[in-house]
Amino acid sequence: MEDKQLEAFEIDCLLGAILLRYGYDFRNYAQASLKRRIHNRLTLSNLQHVSEMIPRILYDEHFFSEFLCDMSITVTEMFRNPEVFKFIREKVVDKLRTYSRINIWNVGCATGEEAYSIAIILAEEGLLNKTHIYATDYDNQALAVAKTGIYPANVMQQYTENYLKAGGRQSFSDYYQARYESAKMKKNLREKITFANHNLMQDGSFAEMHLILCRNVLIYFNQTLQNSVLSLLRDSMVHHGYLVLGDKETLDFSSVANDFESVDKQRRIYRKKRLR
Amino acid sequence: MKKSYQAIVIGASMGGMEALKMILAQLPDNFSLPVIVVQHQMRDSDDFLAVYLNRHCAIKVKEACAHELILPAYVYIAPAAYHLLIEEDKTLSLSVDLPVNYSIPSIDVLFESAADVYGESLVGVVLTGASADGSQGLKKIKAYGGLTVVQDPNTAEAPKMPSAAIKVTQIDHILPPDKIGVFLRELTNDEG
Ligand SMILES: C[S@@+](CC[C@H](N)C(=O)[O-])C[C@H]1O[C@@H](n2cnc3c(N)ncnc32)[C@H](O)[C@@H]1O
Repeated sequence: MEDKQLEAFEIDCLLGAILLRYGYDFRNYAQASLKRRIHNRLTLSNLQHVSEMIPRILYDEHFFSEFLCDMSITVTEMFRNPEVFKFIREKVVDKLRTYSRINIWNVGCATGEEAYSIAIILAEEGLLNKTHIYATDYDNQALAVAKTGIYPANVMQQYTENYLKAGGRQSFSDYYQARYESAKMKKNLREKITFANHNLMQDGSFAEMHLILCRNVLIYFNQTLQNSVLSLLRDSMVHHGYLVLGDKETLDFSSVANDFESVDKQRRIYRKKRLR
Repeated sequence: MKKSYQAIVIGASMGGMEALKMILAQLPDNFSLPVIVVQHQMRDSDDFLAVYLNRHCAIKVKEACAHELILPAYVYIAPAAYHLLIEEDKTLSLSVDLPVNYSIPSIDVLFESAADVYGESLVGVVLTGASADGSQGLKKIKAYGGLTVVQDPNTAEAPKMPSAAIKVTQIDHILPPDKIGVFLRELTNDEG
């Protein structure tokens, strides 16, 4: 057997072991990036062959939680693609205003920056008080950071620029307390967001949402998992609820394409049709 | 028997836009291979590069979308702020991630995943740039039996990147940019 084939075989065994031991099916992740990550972990752990990870995964839960961190790529920022937040502010918020209570689900929230961004928009539009934001991820380490709402001070400059491009009306520094090297998001924002563990590979629906942001999460999944997640999102929202995808993602070829209409193609904003 | 290729990957950085234009403009609109490109860009760039190249070339140039099927006669450009990778089923995949070699997209990330998928049927091309990105990827392409091409550093606006590639791996062809397009075309004519 060629080395390459042998390694493909080892990866299959590794993913099978994870599925049997922990119930997470990484076979439904886009394999190229997964493979890159497995290789990084291999080097960091001073191992030579992928198969050597299998006993570690089976017997060492700490090793598995490190592996999970490797797999969850938590790179994010506040007001990423500011024009999307501007559009939400200008075109979506008025529709949300008509509801007596607003539920928002930030799917794959990573370290929380996106959840705080949407909270700020709603605060400026006077809707935060009747809104609840559920921000979920399967990476507990990222969620722990999100809950503290503490970010390095040196990224605030960039976030301020994004905030202004997103149509920010105040001074961005009103939203956090600067302390030495860090900035802590203010309590009135934090208490409106529930950060919780939710694994898209296995967990279900938990509330009826009016707006769902699921950005840069589906890109890591294969068609099967994308479709199952998209069905879950569809079934977790009210008629005419809004769905926002990442900058390079689309519903076009998905199994739920007909259940949504496109509100703004370029900004990847969709609205659920009234289903019979 | 001549070898037949299935895909071309190109990496470019500083000065790459003009070099890419020169090369891609020499490819016909029915070119028999797909071309997948990483050009380093500013993080907040839009799809300007793909639009610009598409306007100046016969072959169709577009920005890569997540999960898109790779087709011949198309040039796919990696979007700014995403790594571009190739999946076993010959689809494109994007990833929001940390930079590699200070870059996202990174040439090494594309080349390494392309080598995994296409093996000896891959052509890797490193163009002008002031970075060392691409050299490890090109090395892997060579190790898997693919063909390696580098822009002649003397013709590069920034010679560092082609020089770095030449230093770490055996290069099959070192060419000026105005010869690379013709070279790629002849490669496909010789097929079979
Ligand atoms: C690149 S981040 C996106 C962050 C943010 N939405 C943004 O666009 O900036 C991808 C996130 O998806 C999460 N994720 C990946 N697989 C998941 C799963 N099965 N269930 C829940 N979250 C998942 C990762 O942990 C990671 O935090």
